[in-house]
Amino acid sequence: MSETAVSTVQQHAPPSSFIRKHIFSLDHKVIGKQYYALALVAVFMGMVLSWLMRIHLVWPNAPIPGLQFLSKAGAPGGVMTPEYYLSLLTMHGTLMVFFVLTNAPFAAFGNYFLPIQIGAEDMAFPRFNMMSFWTTFLAFCILVTAFFIPDGPPISGWTAYATLSAVGPDSGPGEGLGQTLWGLSIFVFCIASLLGSLNFIATTLDLRTKGMTLARMPICTWAWFITSCIALLAFAVLMPACLLLILDRVAGTSFFIPAGLVISDHLQPHSGGSPLLWQHLFWFFGHPEVYIAILPAMGIVSHILINSMRRPLLSHKVIIYCMMAIGFLSYMVWGHHMFVSGMNPFSSLVFSFPTLMITIPATIMTLIWLGSLYGSRLRISAASLFALGFLSMFVSGGVSGFFLAQPSIDIYLHATYFVVGHFHMVMGVAAIFGIFAGTYFWFPKMTGHMMSESLGKLHFWLTFIGTYCIFMPFHYLGLAGNVRRYSAFVDDFLVPLIPVHRFITFAALFTGAVQLIFLYNLIHSRFRGAPAPANPWECTSLEWTMPSPPPFDNFGGKHPVVYHDPYQYGVKSSTGDYLMQDSPEQAQT
Amino acid sequence: MATVVQPPEHKHEDPSPAQQHTGGGGFGSFVPTGGPLKTLGDPSQEATRTGIWVGLAAITMSFAAFTSALLVRQTTGSDWRHLTVPPIVFANTIVLLASSVTLEIARRRLAAYARHESADRAAPLRWLITTLLLGLLFVAGQYAAWAKLRAEGLYLASNPNSSFFYVLTAVHALHVLGGLGGLLRVVAKLRNPVFSLRKSTMDATSYYWHFMGILWLYVLFVMWIKL
Amino acid sequence: MGKLFAIVITVIALACAVPIITHHWFWSDISFAPPEDISTHGHAIDDQMSDTMVEAGLSFLAAQILLGIFVWKSADRKKDAEIKTFPGGAQLMVIAALVLVGTEILALGVLGQKAWANVYFKAAAPDALQVQAQAGQFAFYFRYPGADGKFGATHPDKIDEGNSNFFGLDPANDLESRDDIVTGELAIPVDREVHLMMHAKDVGHSFYVRELRIQQDFVPGLDLAVHFTATKVGKYEIVCTQLCGLGHYNMKAYLNVLSQADFDAWMKQKASEQ
Repeated sequence: MSETAVSTVQQHAPPSSFIRKHIFSLDHKVIGKQYYALALVAVFMGMVLSWLMRIHLVWPNAPIPGLQFLSKAGAPGGVMTPEYYLSLLTMHGTLMVFFVLTNAPFAAFGNYFLPIQIGAEDMAFPRFNMMSFWTTFLAFCILVTAFFIPDGPPISGWTAYATLSAVGPDSGPGEGLGQTLWGLSIFVFCIASLLGSLNFIATTLDLRTKGMTLARMPICTWAWFITSCIALLAFAVLMPACLLLILDRVAGTSFFIPAGLVISDHLQPHSGGSPLLWQHLFWFFGHPEVYIAILPAMGIVSHILINSMRRPLLSHKVIIYCMMAIGFLSYMVWGHHMFVSGMNPFSSLVFSFPTLMITIPATIMTLIWLGSLYGSRLRISAASLFALGFLSMFVSGGVSGFFLAQPSIDIYLHATYFVVGHFHMVMGVAAIFGIFAGTYFWFPKMTGHMMSESLGKLHFWLTFIGTYCIFMPFHYLGLAGNVRRYSAFVDDFLVPLIPVHRFITFAALFTGAVQLIFLYNLIHSRFRGAPAPANPWECTSLEWTMPSPPPFDNFGGKHPVVYHDPYQYGVKSSTGDYLMQDSPEQAQT
Repeated sequence: MATVVQPPEHKHEDPSPAQQHTGGGGFGSFVPTGGPLKTLGDPSQEATRTGIWVGLAAITMSFAAFTSALLVRQTTGSDWRHLTVPPIVFANTIVLLASSVTLEIARRRLAAYARHESADRAAPLRWLITTLLLGLLFVAGQYAAWAKLRAEGLYLASNPNSSFFYVLTAVHALHVLGGLGGLLRVVAKLRNPVFSLRKSTMDATSYYWHFMGILWLYVLFVMWIKL
Repeated sequence: MGKLFAIVITVIALACAVPIITHHWFWSDISFAPPEDISTHGHAIDDQMSDTMVEAGLSFLAAQILLGIFVWKSADRKKDAEIKTFPGGAQLMVIAALVLVGTEILALGVLGQKAWANVYFKAAAPDALQVQAQAGQFAFYFRYPGADGKFGATHPDKIDEGNSNFFGLDPANDLESRDDIVTGELAIPVDREVHLMMHAKDVGHSFYVRELRIQQDFVPGLDLAVHFTATKVGKYEIVCTQLCGLGHYNMKAYLNVLSQADFDAWMKQKASEQ
């Protein structure tokens, strides 16, 4: 790629109207904030759903005041029905995986900071960018509509396995219009995601400023770039899958439905289809999707840790190669979700090897993070605490993956709370900690105000301890064989485990309440926080060269010139112990 | 705290005087009135080209997914019934390939116009409109193919072969319609007395359109040997 | 605050380890141990699990405690304190990961392959007891071939749950189905291999018996089977583990492992009830 400075593809003049400035904006910074706001709404919705689920599990016959207003059929008198539990479970998973974990670390922070960190004025295609966000918003609205139709949201989980999800209303409540709305929402989400990935890739490859070679991009930029490559291919497979599912449901086709099924006393008029085909298509997307969720968080945490440690990582090139390796391997492992699914058992063994191999780059990254801490000058802040918390959670979650990667062990642990504990630790905690770390780190830049550090630290301690209390016990329950996706525990071997569930529920409600501290901090600081200087963390990347918040056109019409890699820390310079990327000054030895 | 550091000999590549004029609102282009098509120094060139290749990669992946669904589905049911591809489909193929030819002619003539080797803007425009019409003819022809199948009693859900025929051809046709939209945009820009068409736009639209032809050949091949 | 982090993370790590080591939920008698293995193939799985637990557990503790130690030592140091590099640098980390994880993967992968092969790559013995299982929303039913040793044909359009014709048999026209024995519990003789053929009536389900170390999905349209031998008499729960609808949490049956004599008596009794 040439080193010449390039201006943006399609420059746009500063907007003047309110609508152009804040609603239909072409500015990547506004779009990034819009994605963040959407993710914030989705995460609070998802969290409330999880409270409702946890309460029902422990007190299944107790009325939950007000629930009957959300759904008369699903919770008559406030007492949740088993099908409504499954509806809430489905919506919880869908909201969290798609609208929080794909949106916030990737679309929100990536949109805001990728162009700036490479020295560009905006994304390559600002109009596509605006379309991406509003298409995501449309997908969100379609999904949420499922709450308000009479039959309610679907009950097949975020994984929507056929034939439960494919035959229509015969298979259960919520499997009529609700499931179709789900399919439509995800289809639309795929379009948005593809447009977004296209933008990220083109921007990273072509809009880097002078001196910003690929090697000089910050790790988080690399993470967003690799994630967008993964997302491009993954969502391109989910779209056809959703289309075929919708056709089975409404057009009478039989892609996923075999012959001879009797559901609700009706002999189903389909034949010849394969439920396993849905699983293959879905997980071919689904496994890369979870790496889409974690990779940006790895990048953000790396970036913040380096800044907080005041020294570069032992090798940031190795970290980047590991992220690439993880991205590449993520396409080879999807069958590990299907070890006991009825697919050829030889395939299970084949899938287990790349699954185990992913441990290698993940371990290298962990060892490099840990090793870099040694001998550093670590500054403790809310952001760095969450980054350290990420490390802890990533280890915890990763370690349980080691069990599940082995098909023979998976025979016992599949579909138990062990799996639920594993993915919540890596996605529901580690990736979320990445989002928190990014928020505390970048809030001053994005809003021009500092967040309250003491509230942030309090938020960290309570959340760190709280999430361990919630999700570690899931693993123990799994070892006891506690089956997942049950709306109540009535089996002989499950009843004795209910006290553990009670502990988890209290921990969950407590930790959920703690998030209000974060919300308060966010809102209060936005309006009343101390004014933020341009570079409060003494960080080297390009976003810290501009005022907080940045001007409309980022670099004021000039193109920055980059002289250094992004991790000139622990050096002697006129600014202190670091050198900005665009500073022509060389480190004094 | 570091503020914006102005490097001493800050040399950024100034866009050519012609390019410093930014267009209005969101649809602004760089090329000002009456100027030639940008060949060198068209700042949008790289990103637009990258963008279209990335987009084509995604479309390829989607059709790979459809293909694997087809291959799996063939083995899971005993209801695979040979489908005779309606003959009009072959005529449609010729039409689509012809449209690629006319598009290439248009593109090269426009490049000559931009290099001031030719003063004729009308001829390329005619070739472009021909491409558009051929594209529309293709879609109409696909619709006729569906009508023929319906007349034979083969609907979307009749059997897996017909399902895949409709799905593959319909999804392809939808993407072709998208390509037609892009062509329309190029035509509109050319018809404007103010010449504002960038080379990168022309190239991207062409690559997409040619890809539709290549993709169609692939779909046809798969349907021919599998359905 | 760095020191606080180190303390908290060490406490958390050790606390997390307690239930693993004791197999119990702290101060209660709630047990997390997998139940006693009553199968012939399960010991390989259990060994695999404990090997993995040791390696994973040690890695977990080491990583969390190291994280704590490094944070303790590096946090809140003086502004101009010397920055030290971990000896060996990134190269050491790459080699350590490749060696440690690589050998673990190899060992566990190879061992695990044997454990998996025991379950899936051995064909059922020709004299195994043939039983058919059908999973449907929201119950399991089982069918034995009866005196003629043959299963009658099933017809989905003849399924009539009201009249207990769960499998859609047609005894009027199908001789072989007349002596088929249909039950709601799976009774098997101890120490005899069972070949369980699995049929899904409507949506996906799964067959999970913890004590047998068996889990296998029922997939609509696929003829799947598992085979196993139970080594201990007793009553065990079969639960559905594949989300199948609103009754999923309640979908279960009992596996009744009986002595050969008791099993024969049970069969005779069931046959007379048909």
